[in-house]
Amino acid sequence: MLQCTNILKRLISILITASICCNVHAQTAIADMAFIEGGIYTPLYGNDSVPVQVKPFYMDIAPVTNQQFLEFVEQYPKWQRDNTKRLFADEMYLSHWKNNTELGNNAPSNAPVTHVSWFAAKAYCECQQKTLPSIDEWEIVAMAGADKKDARKEENYNQRILDWYEKPSSFPPKEVKSTFKNYWGVYDLNSLIWEWTYDFNSVLISGESRKDGAVDRNLFCSAGAVGATDLMNYAAFLRYAFRGSLKANYNIKNLGFRCVKRIPLKK
Amino acid sequence: MQIIKIACKFVKKIKRSFIIKYNFITLITNSNCSFTMKKILWFFICVSLVSCKDNTMQYSDVIGGVREAELTSPPHVPMTDKSMRHPLKQIVKLEIIEKVMEMTDGVEYTYWTFGGTVPGSFIRVREGDEVEFHLKNHPDNKLPHNIDLHAVTGEGGGAASSFTAPGHETVFSFKVLNPGLYVYHCATAPVGMHIANGMYGLIMVEPREGMSEVDREYYVMQGDFYTKGANGETGLQPFDMNKAVSEDADYVVFNGAMNSLIGDNAITANVGETVRLFVGNGGPNLVSSFHVIGEIFDKVHIEGGSMVNYDVQTTLIPAGGAAIIEFKVDVPGTFILVDHSIFRAFNKGALGMLKVEGEEDKSIYSGTIQEGIYKPEGGTIQEMPDDGSAKTPVKTAALSFQEKMEMGQRVYNSTCMPCHQQTGQGVPNAFPPLAKSDYFNADMDRAIDIVLNGKSGEITVNGKKYNSIMTRQVLNDNEVASVLTFISNNWGNDKEEVSASDVARIRSGH
Repeated sequence: MLQCTNILKRLISILITASICCNVHAQTAIADMAFIEGGIYTPLYGNDSVPVQVKPFYMDIAPVTNQQFLEFVEQYPKWQRDNTKRLFADEMYLSHWKNNTELGNNAPSNAPVTHVSWFAAKAYCECQQKTLPSIDEWEIVAMAGADKKDARKEENYNQRILDWYEKPSSFPPKEVKSTFKNYWGVYDLNSLIWEWTYDFNSVLISGESRKDGAVDRNLFCSAGAVGATDLMNYAAFLRYAFRGSLKANYNIKNLGFRCVKRIPLKK
Repeated sequence: MQIIKIACKFVKKIKRSFIIKYNFITLITNSNCSFTMKKILWFFICVSLVSCKDNTMQYSDVIGGVREAELTSPPHVPMTDKSMRHPLKQIVKLEIIEKVMEMTDGVEYTYWTFGGTVPGSFIRVREGDEVEFHLKNHPDNKLPHNIDLHAVTGEGGGAASSFTAPGHETVFSFKVLNPGLYVYHCATAPVGMHIANGMYGLIMVEPREGMSEVDREYYVMQGDFYTKGANGETGLQPFDMNKAVSEDADYVVFNGAMNSLIGDNAITANVGETVRLFVGNGGPNLVSSFHVIGEIFDKVHIEGGSMVNYDVQTTLIPAGGAAIIEFKVDVPGTFILVDHSIFRAFNKGALGMLKVEGEEDKSIYSGTIQEGIYKPEGGTIQEMPDDGSAKTPVKTAALSFQEKMEMGQRVYNSTCMPCHQQTGQGVPNAFPPLAKSDYFNADMDRAIDIVLNGKSGEITVNGKKYNSIMTRQVLNDNEVASVLTFISNNWGNDKEEVSASDVARIRSGH
C-alpha cells in the first residue's frame, strides 16, 4: 500500500514537473560542466555486487547555488517556498531563505542551496535540460582523487571523506568550489554538503536486515555489512546510510544537489 | 491438569469477544445435551475461566497513566517509584547531538551522543510499562541515526523503526517484557563507528515489585576509543577505523572521557551507606573486568539479569552488556574504579573514583601499623631511617655526564616509568608530569628529597592539582643523581646535572 502511494506520488510529480518545465530552455548548457568518461566500477552495494557500466556524461563542476535556485523559483513560482505542495517538499523547504524570492543572511548567494527536496532538485535539473545523477554516476566521479580516476585504494582517500563526515555541520556552508577539486575538475564532492541522487532510495540491499536475504531500505546493525563489497569503506557506509534515511520530500540543512547531462546515443 | 490446559487454550480463543463467549454459553444452555453433559460443560467453563486468569491477563493490563520519563546524564540515575505500581505509558524523548568534547586535557574528539553525553541519558522504566519512544535527530547533525534498545522485543530492537535523518523525528513504542539492565546503542551502518563515537547508554527495566532501597545510585559506562593520534596527542583527534578494526584502543574510559569520574567529578558516599552502581559497557570492542579497588561487591546482578552473585571481587561485563553492583561502604577513603585489564586503567584512562567520607573503623581497616626493612637473610625488622642521620652514605666514584644519562635511563625505566610514563607525560589527574614540569624545575633539592623520602599530599604541577602518594625510592646516591640528571636533560626541562654529593647532602639532612 505504502509502495503504491509512493509510486503514485512519483508518477504525479513526473507528470507535473514535466508539464511545467522543459518548454523554455532549449539551449544545451555544457558550460561549467565536466566531461566524465564513464567506465566500469563495483559499487559498495548493488545487485550481487557485480561491476556496473557507467556511460559517459557531463557533471556540474559545483553544486547548485542559492542564487541559481533563486533564479529558478523566480521563473517557476510553483516551486517558491510558500507555493509548493507539502507532498513534494515538507515545511523545512528553503526555510533558511528570507522569503519566497529573497535569500537573506542565512543563504549567501554563492553557497550551495540546501533545505531542498528531491522533487525540487529534480525539477530544477529537468528545467536545465539536465537530470539528477544516478548513484552510480555520482559515485564514479566521487571515487576520483586529485590526480587519479579511482583513488579508493589510496591511504588518505577514505580518511579525507571520513574527516568531513565526522565534523558537525557548519551553517551556512562555505561557498561552492571552495573545497576539494578532483581529477575530473569537479569540486566539493564529499567535502561541502550531502547531495541528492536520482535513485537515492532504490539500492536493493540484499541482506540488509538481520533476516538475511530480505530487502530492507534501512541499514541497521551489523547485518548492514552482509551485502557490501568493501567492508573497510566506512565512508561509503555512512553515505549509503544517509541516503537510506531520506524521503523524497525531506529538506535537510546540509543536503543540496548538482545536475548531470547524459549524452544522447548516436546511431 | 491436562483438561485445564485444553480448557485454557479454548478460552483464550474465545475470550477476545464477549459475544462469542455469550453465544457459546447460550449454546450450551439451549442445546439438547443431556443434563449431565451440560453439567460437565459448565464445570469445564468455570474451571477454565478461573485457572486461566493469570495467563491471559499477563501483558494486557490496563495502563495506569501516562507520564514523560525522567532522563538523567551520567553519573546520575533517575528516581525510582518507591512501591509497587500499575504499568504506565512512559514517553521518552531522546535527542541525538553530534558535538566536540574533551577526551582529556588538550585532546578533543567529535562525539555522537544520545542526549548530549557519553554514555547517553539513563532511562528507567518498569516491567509491563509501555514506552513511547521519540528519537530526534538534531538538524545540525550530519548523519542519520537510529536506536537499538536491548530491552525491546521486536525487530532490530527498534532500529528498523527509528532510522532518522538529520532534522527529523521518529516515534515507535514497545512494551518492556523482561526486567533487567539493558544497553541501548545506535545501529546505523557503519555500526562500529557509531558506537565507537559514543552512541550507547543504559535502560533499566525494574521488576514489577520495584528495586530494594539503597542510599546512592550511580551510572557508569565503559567505552573504548580509537584516535588518529596516539594516547595523549593533543588537538581534535579524528576516529581511526584501522585501529578500531584491529581493536587497538587509544583510550579506554568510563563515562566518555578520562576525567569523568576523577577529582571533583568523583562519585561520593558516606560511611555506612549502600551504593548501587549501574555499570554498562558500550564497547565497541573490549570486554570489561570491572573492579573497585578496596571494595568487595556484596551483590552483583550478573550481566544485568535476575541471577544474583554474592561477594564478588571483579565482574566481567561484556561489550553490549551490563551489571548491577551493590555494596555497603564500611570505611572512608578513595576507592578506585578500574577495568582490571590493568594497563587500560593506568595507561588508557579506565579509572574512576568513589570518595567515601566518615569515621574510620580501625577494626575493619587499620592503615599502616608498622613500616620496616625486611631482610631475607634473617634478622629483625628494622625501622627505616627517615632523616638519614644513622646511615653512612655509600662512597662511590663520580660518574661522567654520559654515564649518568645511561644509568638514569635504566633507573627511570625500571622505577619511574610505570607512573610518570615513557616520556614523562604522567597520567592526568593521577600522576604529575615530569616533562616540562614547572614543579620539577623549580627546586632540584626538593626533587632529590622527594626521590629519597617520598611525597604525599596536594601539589600543583603546570597548573593542575594532584593529590597522590609517591613512595620513597630505594636507590643509592649515584642512581638518584643519574635519574634526576636524565629527567632534567629530557622532555623540555632545564638541563641541570645533579651530582652524587648533592644527593648525599640532602640525604644527611643539610
